[in-house]
Amino acid sequence: MDKKIQHADIYALAHHHRFQWEEAQQNYVILFPEGMVKLHGSAGEVLKRLDGKATVGDVVADLKATFPDASNIEADIIGMFELAVIKGWLRKVN
Amino acid sequence: MTQASLGESVVQKTVHAQQNNGVASSATHTQPLWLLAEVTYRCPLHCAFCYNPTDYDKHTQNELSTEQWIQTLRDARKLGAIQLGISGGEPLLRDDIEDIVIEAKKLGYYSNLITSGVGLTEKRIQAFKDGGLDHIQLSMHDITEEINNFITNTKTFELKKKVAAMIKNHGYPMVLNVVIHRYNIGHMKEILEMAEALGADYIELANTQYYGWSLVNRSQLMPTKEQVDEAEAITNEFRANPNNKMKIFFVVPDYFSDRPKKCMNGWGEVFMIVTANGDVLPCHSARVLPNMQFPNVKDTDLGWSWKDSPAFNKYRGDSWMKEPCRSCSEKENDLGGCRCQSFLLTGDAEAADPVCSKSPHHHLIEKAIEDSKNPVLVAQPIVFRNDKNSKRIIAGELKERVDEFHALP
Repeated sequence: MDKKIQHADIYALAHHHRFQWEEAQQNYVILFPEGMVKLHGSAGEVLKRLDGKATVGDVVADLKATFPDASNIEADIIGMFELAVIKGWLRKVN
Repeated sequence: MTQASLGESVVQKTVHAQQNNGVASSATHTQPLWLLAEVTYRCPLHCAFCYNPTDYDKHTQNELSTEQWIQTLRDARKLGAIQLGISGGEPLLRDDIEDIVIEAKKLGYYSNLITSGVGLTEKRIQAFKDGGLDHIQLSMHDITEEINNFITNTKTFELKKKVAAMIKNHGYPMVLNVVIHRYNIGHMKEILEMAEALGADYIELANTQYYGWSLVNRSQLMPTKEQVDEAEAITNEFRANPNNKMKIFFVVPDYFSDRPKKCMNGWGEVFMIVTANGDVLPCHSARVLPNMQFPNVKDTDLGWSWKDSPAFNKYRGDSWMKEPCRSCSEKENDLGGCRCQSFLLTGDAEAADPVCSKSPHHHLIEKAIEDSKNPVLVAQPIVFRNDKNSKRIIAGELKERVDEFHALP
């Protein structure tokens, strides 16, 4: 399977996974059978933009606009997508 | 990019704790992330390897009410609990699991019904789906009807296959749990193939841990080191095949490893168990420990139980440790292993887990392994987990089987 992330790709949360804000922990989490992942702030920002329609390019553009001072943000975002796909947290929908 | 920069993987249940360093060991900042609700100890199966207390029969008449469970769910959620396991016994013997599921969904839990499948009907599974239950973990025992029926002391083989199909048909992820012991360890390859054929997404191969009933039956259940090694090799081979999509958790049996497990990911760090009668425990079998007063949801605040109760603070962190643990360079990795195992085998809950090769009691583990090859001990009948045997153990019968272990009634 080609895991290279393209700007036109659309990703969504994998089946049986749930993404939510945890008030008690003050961070986002991904929940799945037998486990969970606490997401760091930047990863949560990426995940919460995945609505089943936004492309990777849309997410990058939106985050660049939201965090204009962050440098080299695009490489970080692409890296996050790559890892989340390998971990099985995301699935490609297009 | 590394996992660490993305987030922390927190918790694959007790036994995978060593993969997880996501939780600080500070006694003051812990939150229960995992609530295990052992809603009943009644069970239609009579598995020889059950970790439930051998005196469970005392706790079958004083179960929490639906309202008490719902309040417990609310209180635990406020403390941070997010993964909910609904377990037992067989939880489906209660007729209010539907109500518990609906409340769990409302509160934002990721909820899991841990079941033998007995009592799961089309009507109930549809209600669970509508109510928002996230997944169902089904126990399976073997590929053969003979071993399934023998080890559970029931005729449930065909039923389990039907239930597996029902779970799949309702769009649930298929999570199978297979407890591994001498009678099925030789079928590892076939068990994995069966799980794949059933469409399992996850399978947990849980080597028997010796508590409760499984401790009483230890000599009869324990496989050999060679069998364990072979089973692990088969599992790794299966994992390496890219055609196999199923995720496998292989729970290493601690008797055959020379380092103890970080039990429950640390005492009072992540897991909170509420038992059928409302006791709040940091681990399933903690009630075997002497001189401990565990809080109960009927009379104490859950936040106090978790943060402040003497029981939850007793073995938090490492200040309770004795030698050889106290000065051990690995104490952070395993926190001295399991308190219950230390107590049950050595009589001292603060001793190093005898599984550890540095423990002065390690010979007890070596003896147990030897005993499991002793034809006289192996020929003793299995004491199946049932009400009659529980009553006998409470009454002080079967002494020759439990005398060796501390605190088994």
